[in-house]
Amino acid sequence: MNINWFKYSSPQTFYPLAGKMIPWFAWLAAILAVAGLYIGFAIAPTDFQQGEAYRIIFVHVPAAWMSMVIYIVMAGWAAIGLALNARLSAMMAQALAPTGAIFTLIALVTGSLWGKPMWGTWWVWDARLTSELILLFLYLGFIALQSSIDDPRRADRAGALLALVGVVNVPIIYFSVKWWNTLHQGSSINMGAAPKMAATMLLGMLIMALAFWMYTVAVALMRVRCIMLERERTSDWVKELSVQGIAGVKS
Amino acid sequence: MQWESWSAFFNMGGYAFYVWFSFGLTALCMVWEVIALRKRRAEALRLTQLLAQD
Amino acid sequence: MVIKARHKRFILIGIGLALVGLAAMLILNAFQSNMVFFYTPTQVDKGEVPHNTGFRIGGMVLENSLKRQDDGLTVHFSITDTAKTVPVVYKGVLPDLFKEGKGVVAQGKVGPDGIFMASEVLAKHDENYMPPEAAEALKRAQEQGSTSLVMPK
Repeated sequence: MNINWFKYSSPQTFYPLAGKMIPWFAWLAAILAVAGLYIGFAIAPTDFQQGEAYRIIFVHVPAAWMSMVIYIVMAGWAAIGLALNARLSAMMAQALAPTGAIFTLIALVTGSLWGKPMWGTWWVWDARLTSELILLFLYLGFIALQSSIDDPRRADRAGALLALVGVVNVPIIYFSVKWWNTLHQGSSINMGAAPKMAATMLLGMLIMALAFWMYTVAVALMRVRCIMLERERTSDWVKELSVQGIAGVKS
Repeated sequence: MQWESWSAFFNMGGYAFYVWFSFGLTALCMVWEVIALRKRRAEALRLTQLLAQD
Repeated sequence: MVIKARHKRFILIGIGLALVGLAAMLILNAFQSNMVFFYTPTQVDKGEVPHNTGFRIGGMVLENSLKRQDDGLTVHFSITDTAKTVPVVYKGVLPDLFKEGKGVVAQGKVGPDGIFMASEVLAKHDENYMPPEAAEALKRAQEQGSTSLVMPK
Protein backbone atom coordinates (compact mmCIF):
# COMPACT_ATOMS: atom_id res chain seq x y z
CA MET A 1 0.00 0.00 0.00
CA ASN A 2 1.52 3.20 -1.11
CA ILE A 3 -1.22 5.60 -0.16
CA ASN A 4 0.30 8.54 1.60
CA TRP A 5 -2.12 9.03 4.48
CA PHE A 6 -0.29 12.06 5.70
CA LYS A 7 -1.12 13.77 2.43
CA TYR A 8 -4.81 13.61 3.42
CA SER A 9 -4.14 14.70 6.95
CA SER A 10 -3.56 18.28 5.88
CA PRO A 11 -6.62 20.51 5.58
CA GLN A 12 -5.88 21.75 2.07
CA THR A 13 -5.96 18.26 0.59
CA PHE A 14 -8.76 17.00 2.79
CA TYR A 15 -11.06 19.94 2.07
CA PRO A 16 -11.82 19.07 -1.58
CA LEU A 17 -11.86 15.33 -0.80
CA ALA A 18 -14.48 15.90 1.92
CA GLY A 19 -16.48 18.03 -0.52
CA LYS A 20 -16.59 15.13 -2.98
CA MET A 21 -17.64 12.63 -0.29
CA ILE A 22 -20.54 14.61 1.20
CA PRO A 23 -23.13 13.97 -1.56
CA TRP A 24 -22.40 10.24 -1.51
CA PHE A 25 -23.02 9.93 2.20
CA ALA A 26 -26.03 12.25 2.04
CA TRP A 27 -27.69 10.16 -0.69
CA LEU A 28 -26.88 6.92 1.12
CA ALA A 29 -28.43 8.36 4.29
CA ALA A 30 -31.58 9.44 2.43
CA ILE A 31 -32.05 6.11 0.63
CA LEU A 32 -31.43 4.10 3.81
CA ALA A 33 -33.80 6.32 5.81
CA VAL A 34 -36.60 5.82 3.26
CA ALA A 35 -36.00 2.05 3.29
CA GLY A 36 -35.79 1.96 7.09
CA LEU A 37 -38.99 3.98 7.54
CA TYR A 38 -40.82 1.80 5.02
CA ILE A 39 -39.79 -1.37 6.84
CA GLY A 40 -40.46 0.20 10.22
CA PHE A 41 -43.96 1.41 9.42
CA ALA A 42 -45.24 -0.78 6.60
CA ILE A 43 -43.62 -4.17 7.07
CA ALA A 44 -42.70 -4.55 10.75
CA PRO A 45 -45.64 -5.99 12.70
CA THR A 46 -47.18 -4.50 15.80
CA ASP A 47 -45.64 -5.50 19.14
CA PHE A 48 -47.33 -8.00 21.46
CA GLN A 49 -47.04 -5.86 24.57
CA GLN A 50 -46.45 -2.27 23.46
CA GLY A 51 -48.71 -2.12 20.42
CA GLU A 52 -47.78 0.61 17.96
CA ALA A 53 -45.93 2.73 20.52
CA TYR A 54 -42.89 0.48 20.12
CA ARG A 55 -42.28 2.04 16.66
CA ILE A 56 -40.48 4.86 18.44
CA ILE A 57 -37.66 2.29 18.61
CA PHE A 58 -36.83 3.05 14.96
CA VAL A 59 -35.50 6.49 15.90
CA HIS A 60 -34.79 6.06 19.60
CA VAL A 61 -32.32 3.19 19.45
CA PRO A 62 -30.36 4.38 16.37
CA ALA A 63 -30.09 7.86 17.93
CA ALA A 64 -28.92 6.40 21.25
CA TRP A 65 -26.37 4.19 19.49
CA MET A 66 -25.06 7.13 17.48
CA SER A 67 -24.81 9.28 20.59
CA MET A 68 -22.37 6.73 22.04
CA VAL A 69 -20.54 5.87 18.80
CA ILE A 70 -19.99 9.53 17.94
CA TYR A 71 -18.58 10.19 21.39
CA ILE A 72 -16.05 7.39 21.05
CA VAL A 73 -15.03 8.49 17.54
CA MET A 74 -14.83 12.11 18.70
CA ALA A 75 -12.62 11.14 21.65
CA GLY A 76 -10.50 9.05 19.30
CA TRP A 77 -9.90 11.98 16.96
CA ALA A 78 -9.23 14.22 19.94
CA ALA A 79 -6.67 11.73 21.26
CA ILE A 80 -4.90 11.53 17.90
CA GLY A 81 -4.93 15.31 17.71
CA LEU A 82 -3.46 15.53 21.19
CA ALA A 83 -0.79 12.90 20.63
CA LEU A 84 0.33 13.83 17.13
CA ASN A 85 -0.45 17.51 17.39
CA ALA A 86 -2.52 17.04 14.23
CA ARG A 87 -4.83 19.94 13.59
CA LEU A 88 -7.12 18.04 11.20
CA SER A 89 -7.84 15.40 13.86
CA ALA A 90 -8.77 18.08 16.37
CA MET A 91 -11.05 19.67 13.77
CA MET A 92 -12.76 16.31 13.18
CA ALA A 93 -13.42 15.99 16.90
CA GLN A 94 -14.83 19.50 16.95
CA ALA A 95 -17.01 18.75 13.92
CA LEU A 96 -18.54 15.65 15.50
CA ALA A 97 -19.54 17.14 18.86
CA PRO A 98 -22.70 19.07 17.84
CA THR A 99 -24.07 16.11 15.88
CA GLY A 100 -23.38 13.85 18.86
CA ALA A 101 -25.16 16.29 21.14
CA ILE A 102 -28.18 16.41 18.81
CA PHE A 103 -28.44 12.61 18.71
CA THR A 104 -28.16 12.48 22.50
CA LEU A 105 -30.98 14.99 22.78
CA ILE A 106 -33.08 13.01 20.29
CA ALA A 107 -32.43 9.80 22.26
CA LEU A 108 -33.46 11.50 25.51
CA VAL A 109 -36.60 13.17 24.17
CA THR A 110 -37.85 10.20 22.14
CA GLY A 111 -37.13 8.02 25.18
CA SER A 112 -39.23 10.34 27.27
CA LEU A 113 -42.03 10.21 24.69
CA TRP A 114 -41.80 6.44 24.81
CA GLY A 115 -41.58 6.22 28.59
CA LYS A 116 -44.72 8.21 29.26
CA PRO A 117 -47.23 5.87 27.58
CA MET A 118 -45.35 2.63 28.35
CA TRP A 119 -43.76 3.03 31.77
CA GLY A 120 -46.11 5.71 32.99
CA THR A 121 -43.52 8.45 33.46
CA TRP A 122 -41.62 10.97 31.34
CA TRP A 123 -38.44 10.61 33.34
CA VAL A 124 -36.86 8.60 36.14
CA TRP A 125 -33.40 8.90 37.63
CA ASP A 126 -32.31 5.37 36.87
CA ALA A 127 -28.74 4.57 35.83
CA ARG A 128 -29.46 4.36 32.08
CA LEU A 129 -31.31 7.66 31.80
CA THR A 130 -28.97 9.50 34.14
CA SER A 131 -25.80 8.37 32.37
CA GLU A 132 -27.26 9.33 28.97
CA LEU A 133 -28.05 12.78 30.39
CA ILE A 134 -24.44 13.03 31.59
CA LEU A 135 -23.40 12.26 28.00
CA LEU A 136 -25.36 15.30 26.83
CA PHE A 137 -23.57 17.44 29.43
CA LEU A 138 -20.21 16.06 28.28
CA TYR A 139 -20.96 17.03 24.67
CA LEU A 140 -22.15 20.48 25.73
CA GLY A 141 -19.14 20.88 28.02
CA PHE A 142 -16.81 19.97 25.17
CA ILE A 143 -18.46 22.49 22.83
CA ALA A 144 -18.50 25.21 25.48
CA LEU A 145 -14.90 24.62 26.51
CA GLN A 146 -13.66 24.70 22.93
CA SER A 147 -15.49 27.88 22.10
CA SER A 148 -14.45 29.62 25.31
CA ILE A 149 -10.72 29.40 24.53
CA ASP A 150 -9.57 31.78 21.82
CA ASP A 151 -6.31 30.09 20.89
CA PRO A 152 -7.42 27.12 18.72
CA ARG A 153 -4.49 24.91 19.68
CA ARG A 154 -5.10 25.38 23.38
CA ALA A 155 -8.84 24.94 22.84
CA ASP A 156 -8.13 21.64 21.06
CA ARG A 157 -5.99 20.39 23.90
CA ALA A 158 -8.45 21.33 26.63
CA GLY A 159 -11.35 19.85 24.64
CA ALA A 160 -9.41 16.66 24.01
CA LEU A 161 -8.75 16.15 27.71
CA LEU A 162 -12.41 16.60 28.55
CA ALA A 163 -13.44 14.28 25.72
CA LEU A 164 -11.02 11.58 26.91
CA VAL A 165 -12.07 11.79 30.53
CA GLY A 166 -15.70 11.51 29.45
CA VAL A 167 -15.11 8.26 27.55
CA VAL A 168 -15.60 6.30 30.78
CA ASN A 169 -19.25 7.32 30.66
CA VAL A 170 -19.91 5.38 27.44
CA PRO A 171 -19.47 1.84 28.85
CA ILE A 172 -21.44 3.00 31.89
CA ILE A 173 -24.37 3.93 29.63
CA TYR A 174 -24.11 0.70 27.69
CA PHE A 175 -23.83 -1.66 30.65
CA SER A 176 -26.00 0.34 33.10
CA VAL A 177 -28.98 -1.93 32.41
CA LYS A 178 -26.83 -4.94 33.33
CA TRP A 179 -24.95 -3.54 36.29
CA TRP A 180 -27.85 -1.98 38.14
CA ASN A 181 -31.57 -2.36 38.60
CA THR A 182 -33.03 0.09 36.13
CA LEU A 183 -36.50 0.89 34.88
CA HIS A 184 -35.07 0.83 31.38
CA GLN A 185 -35.16 -2.68 29.96
CA GLY A 186 -32.03 -4.61 29.00
CA SER A 187 -30.50 -4.71 25.53
CA SER A 188 -32.48 -6.56 22.88
CA ILE A 189 -29.31 -7.16 20.92
CA ASN A 190 -26.39 -8.81 22.65
CA MET A 191 -23.11 -10.28 21.53
CA GLY A 192 -23.30 -14.06 21.26
CA ALA A 193 -27.05 -14.28 21.75
CA ALA A 194 -30.02 -14.30 19.40
CA PRO A 195 -31.66 -10.88 19.14
CA LYS A 196 -34.83 -10.61 21.18
CA MET A 197 -36.74 -8.98 18.34
CA ALA A 198 -38.76 -10.19 15.37
CA ALA A 199 -36.60 -10.19 12.22
CA THR A 200 -38.38 -7.38 10.37
CA MET A 201 -38.37 -5.13 13.45
CA LEU A 202 -34.64 -5.75 13.84
CA LEU A 203 -33.99 -5.13 10.14
CA GLY A 204 -35.84 -1.80 10.19
CA MET A 205 -33.91 -0.69 13.26
CA LEU A 206 -30.53 -1.67 11.83
CA ILE A 207 -31.22 0.09 8.52
CA MET A 208 -32.28 3.23 10.37
CA ALA A 209 -29.08 3.03 12.40
CA LEU A 210 -27.08 2.77 9.19
CA ALA A 211 -28.96 5.78 7.78
CA PHE A 212 -28.14 7.81 10.90
CA TRP A 213 -24.52 6.74 10.56
CA MET A 214 -24.30 7.94 6.96
CA TYR A 215 -26.06 11.17 7.93
CA THR A 216 -23.49 11.68 10.68
CA VAL A 217 -20.59 11.28 8.25
CA ALA A 218 -22.18 13.72 5.81
CA VAL A 219 -22.90 16.48 8.34
CA ALA A 220 -19.57 15.98 10.13
CA LEU A 221 -17.78 16.47 6.80
CA MET A 222 -19.90 19.55 6.10
CA ARG A 223 -19.01 20.96 9.48
CA VAL A 224 -15.31 20.14 9.30
CA ARG A 225 -15.16 22.04 6.00
CA CYS A 226 -16.70 25.08 7.67
CA ILE A 227 -14.24 24.79 10.55
CA MET A 228 -11.33 24.60 8.10
CA LEU A 229 -12.48 27.75 6.32
CA GLU A 230 -13.01 29.61 9.58
CA ARG A 231 -9.79 28.56 11.25
CA GLU A 232 -7.45 28.85 8.30
CA ARG A 233 -8.97 31.98 6.84
CA THR A 234 -5.61 33.68 6.52
CA SER A 235 -3.72 30.70 5.12
CA ASP A 236 -2.66 30.55 1.49
CA TRP A 237 -4.82 27.60 0.53
CA VAL A 238 -8.04 29.22 1.72
CA LYS A 239 -7.13 32.45 -0.07
CA GLU A 240 -6.40 30.45 -3.21
CA LEU A 241 -9.79 28.78 -2.84
CA SER A 242 -11.50 32.12 -2.42
CA VAL A 243 -9.86 33.56 -5.49
CA GLN A 244 -11.14 30.56 -7.44
CA GLY A 245 -14.54 31.01 -5.84
CA ILE A 246 -14.73 34.63 -6.88
CA ALA A 247 -13.72 33.56 -10.38
CA GLY A 248 -16.69 31.18 -10.38
CA VAL A 249 -14.88 27.87 -9.93
CA LYS A 250 -16.95 25.60 -7.72
CA SER A 251 -15.12 24.10 -4.78
CA MET B 1 -49.06 -3.98 4.94
CA GLN B 2 -49.84 -3.54 8.59
CA TRP B 3 -52.62 -1.00 8.27
CA GLU B 4 -56.27 -1.27 7.37
CA SER B 5 -56.56 2.38 6.43
CA TRP B 6 -54.63 5.61 6.38
CA SER B 7 -56.47 6.85 9.44
CA ALA B 8 -55.46 3.72 11.32
CA PHE B 9 -51.91 4.42 10.26
CA PHE B 10 -52.00 8.01 11.47
CA ASN B 11 -53.70 6.97 14.68
CA MET B 12 -50.85 4.57 15.57
CA GLY B 13 -53.06 2.47 17.80
CA GLY B 14 -53.82 5.49 19.98
CA TYR B 15 -50.18 6.46 20.42
CA ALA B 16 -50.16 8.98 17.56
CA PHE B 17 -48.89 11.89 19.67
CA TYR B 18 -45.90 9.99 21.06
CA VAL B 19 -44.91 8.25 17.84
CA TRP B 20 -45.32 11.22 15.48
CA PHE B 21 -43.75 13.67 17.92
CA SER B 22 -40.70 11.38 18.12
CA PHE B 23 -40.28 11.05 14.37
CA GLY B 24 -41.15 14.70 13.72
CA LEU B 25 -38.65 15.97 16.24
CA THR B 26 -35.90 13.73 14.83
CA ALA B 27 -36.57 14.92 11.28
CA LEU B 28 -36.72 18.53 12.42
CA CYS B 29 -33.37 18.28 14.21
CA MET B 30 -31.71 16.80 11.14
CA VAL B 31 -33.17 19.31 8.69
CA TRP B 32 -32.27 22.17 11.02
CA GLU B 33 -28.70 20.92 11.37
CA VAL B 34 -28.20 20.76 7.60
CA ILE B 35 -29.71 24.21 7.03
CA ALA B 36 -27.59 25.70 9.82
CA LEU B 37 -24.46 24.16 8.30
CA ARG B 38 -25.26 25.52 4.84
CA LYS B 39 -25.70 28.98 6.33
CA ARG B 40 -22.46 28.64 8.26
CA ARG B 41 -20.65 27.61 5.08
CA ALA B 42 -22.06 30.52 3.09
CA GLU B 43 -20.96 32.92 5.82
CA ALA B 44 -17.49 31.38 6.03
CA LEU B 45 -17.06 31.58 2.27
CA ARG B 46 -18.25 35.18 2.20
CA LEU B 47 -15.70 36.18 4.84
CA THR B 48 -12.82 34.38 3.19
CA GLN B 49 -13.66 36.00 -0.13
CA LEU B 50 -13.75 39.40 1.53
CA LEU B 51 -10.30 38.67 2.94
CA ALA B 52 -8.99 37.45 -0.40
CA GLN B 53 -10.16 40.57 -2.20
CA ASP B 54 -8.14 42.86 0.04
CA MET C 1 15.81 2.99 22.33
CA VAL C 2 15.01 6.60 21.86
CA ILE C 3 11.56 7.61 23.00
CA LYS C 4 10.18 10.25 20.71
CA ALA C 5 8.17 13.12 22.15
CA ARG C 6 5.18 11.79 20.24
CA HIS C 7 5.42 8.36 21.84
CA LYS C 8 5.86 9.91 25.22
CA ARG C 9 2.61 11.82 24.77
CA PHE C 10 0.84 8.59 23.78
CA ILE C 11 2.13 6.90 26.92
CA LEU C 12 1.08 9.83 29.09
CA ILE C 13 -2.39 9.85 27.59
CA GLY C 14 -2.60 6.11 28.19
CA ILE C 15 -1.64 6.52 31.82
CA GLY C 16 -4.06 9.41 32.21
CA LEU C 17 -6.91 7.36 30.76
CA ALA C 18 -6.10 4.43 33.01
CA LEU C 19 -6.13 6.70 36.06
CA VAL C 20 -9.44 8.25 35.09
CA GLY C 21 -10.87 4.80 34.50
CA LEU C 22 -9.68 3.66 37.89
CA ALA C 23 -11.12 6.73 39.58
CA ALA C 24 -14.44 6.14 37.87
CA MET C 25 -14.45 2.51 39.01
CA LEU C 26 -13.83 3.56 42.59
CA ILE C 27 -16.53 6.21 42.48
CA LEU C 28 -18.98 3.74 40.96
CA ASN C 29 -18.16 1.20 43.63
CA ALA C 30 -18.76 3.77 46.33
CA PHE C 31 -22.01 4.86 44.79
CA GLN C 32 -23.18 1.36 43.99
CA SER C 33 -25.65 1.40 46.83
CA ASN C 34 -27.06 4.73 45.72
CA MET C 35 -27.41 3.60 42.12
CA VAL C 36 -30.09 1.13 43.08
CA PHE C 37 -33.25 2.18 41.35
CA PHE C 38 -35.40 -0.45 42.99
CA TYR C 39 -35.19 -3.26 45.53
CA THR C 40 -36.47 -6.79 45.07
CA PRO C 41 -39.12 -8.35 47.33
CA THR C 42 -36.38 -10.65 48.70
CA GLN C 43 -34.38 -7.61 49.79
CA VAL C 44 -37.51 -6.19 51.40
CA ASP C 45 -38.02 -9.47 53.23
CA LYS C 46 -34.43 -9.45 54.51
CA GLY C 47 -34.75 -5.83 55.58
CA GLU C 48 -32.07 -4.61 53.17
CA VAL C 49 -34.08 -1.50 52.35
CA PRO C 50 -34.03 2.09 53.64
CA HIS C 51 -36.10 2.27 56.82
CA ASN C 52 -36.93 5.93 57.22
CA THR C 53 -37.43 7.03 53.64
CA GLY C 54 -39.49 5.72 50.80
CA PHE C 55 -38.01 3.39 48.23
CA ARG C 56 -38.96 1.45 45.12
CA ILE C 57 -39.83 -2.22 44.80
CA GLY C 58 -39.39 -3.94 41.45
CA GLY C 59 -40.59 -7.33 40.28
CA MET C 60 -43.53 -9.05 38.63
CA VAL C 61 -47.17 -8.46 39.36
CA LEU C 62 -48.24 -11.78 40.88
CA GLU C 63 -50.83 -13.63 38.75
CA ASN C 64 -54.39 -13.38 40.10
CA SER C 65 -53.37 -10.88 42.76
CA LEU C 66 -54.87 -7.75 41.16
CA LYS C 67 -58.03 -6.55 42.87
CA ARG C 68 -59.81 -3.28 42.29
CA GLN C 69 -61.70 -1.59 45.09
CA ASP C 70 -65.19 -0.30 44.52
CA ASP C 71 -64.07 3.30 44.19
CA GLY C 72 -62.46 2.26 40.89
CA LEU C 73 -59.18 3.93 41.74
CA THR C 74 -57.64 1.94 44.56
CA VAL C 75 -55.96 -1.28 43.50
CA HIS C 76 -54.40 -4.10 45.47
CA PHE C 77 -51.78 -6.39 43.99
CA SER C 78 -48.64 -8.25 44.97
CA ILE C 79 -45.12 -7.83 43.63
CA THR C 80 -43.04 -10.98 43.45
CA ASP C 81 -39.53 -12.00 42.43
CA THR C 82 -40.69 -15.66 42.52
CA ALA C 83 -38.95 -16.13 45.88
CA LYS C 84 -40.73 -13.54 48.00
CA THR C 85 -43.90 -11.51 47.60
CA VAL C 86 -44.87 -8.06 48.84
CA PRO C 87 -48.50 -6.90 48.98
CA VAL C 88 -49.08 -3.42 47.54
CA VAL C 89 -51.91 -0.94 47.67
CA TYR C 90 -52.08 1.96 45.23
CA LYS C 91 -54.55 4.69 44.45
CA GLY C 92 -54.22 6.22 41.03
CA VAL C 93 -53.95 5.58 37.33
CA LEU C 94 -51.96 2.54 36.26
CA PRO C 95 -49.76 2.66 33.16
CA ASP C 96 -50.95 0.95 29.96
CA LEU C 97 -48.48 -1.88 30.30
CA PHE C 98 -49.44 -2.73 33.87
CA LYS C 99 -50.52 -6.39 33.76
CA GLU C 100 -50.42 -9.48 35.92
CA GLY C 101 -47.26 -11.46 35.22
CA LYS C 102 -45.49 -8.38 33.85
CA GLY C 103 -42.75 -6.20 35.27
CA VAL C 104 -43.58 -3.38 37.66
CA VAL C 105 -41.74 -0.80 39.77
CA ALA C 106 -43.63 0.82 42.65
CA GLN C 107 -42.47 3.75 44.76
CA GLY C 108 -43.72 4.12 48.31
CA LYS C 109 -43.33 3.04 51.92
CA VAL C 110 -44.04 -0.08 53.90
CA GLY C 111 -46.97 0.57 56.22
CA PRO C 112 -47.22 -0.71 59.80
CA ASP C 113 -49.34 -3.62 58.56
CA GLY C 114 -46.56 -4.75 56.20
CA ILE C 115 -48.45 -3.58 53.13
CA PHE C 116 -46.44 -1.44 50.72
CA MET C 117 -48.29 1.82 50.13
CA ALA C 118 -47.34 2.97 46.66
CA SER C 119 -47.47 6.59 45.59
CA GLU C 120 -46.36 5.83 42.03
CA VAL C 121 -46.57 2.68 39.95
CA LEU C 122 -44.49 2.28 36.79
CA ALA C 123 -44.52 -0.56 34.28
CA LYS C 124 -41.20 -2.19 33.49
CA HIS C 125 -41.37 -4.02 30.20
CA ASP C 126 -38.82 -6.49 28.92
CA GLU C 127 -36.53 -6.26 25.91
CA ASN C 128 -38.51 -8.69 23.75
CA TYR C 129 -40.25 -7.39 20.66
CA MET C 130 -42.45 -9.65 18.54
CA PRO C 131 -45.83 -9.73 16.83
CA PRO C 132 -48.81 -10.78 18.99
CA GLU C 133 -49.23 -14.04 17.05
CA ALA C 134 -45.66 -15.03 17.85
CA ALA C 135 -46.16 -14.21 21.53
CA GLU C 136 -49.33 -16.28 21.52
CA ALA C 137 -47.55 -19.26 19.92
CA LEU C 138 -44.71 -18.95 22.40
CA LYS C 139 -47.13 -18.93 25.31
CA ARG C 140 -48.93 -22.02 24.03
CA ALA C 141 -45.64 -23.86 23.54
CA GLN C 142 -44.60 -22.98 27.07
CA GLU C 143 -47.87 -24.14 28.59
CA GLN C 144 -47.64 -27.48 26.83
CA GLY C 145 -43.92 -27.92 27.19
CA SER C 146 -43.15 -27.47 30.82
CA THR C 147 -44.69 -27.08 34.19
CA SER C 148 -41.73 -25.13 35.47
CA LEU C 149 -42.48 -22.34 37.87
CA VAL C 150 -39.68 -20.17 36.54
CA MET C 151 -41.21 -17.07 35.05
CA PRO C 152 -39.93 -15.78 31.74
CA LYS C 153 -37.65 -12.87 32.46
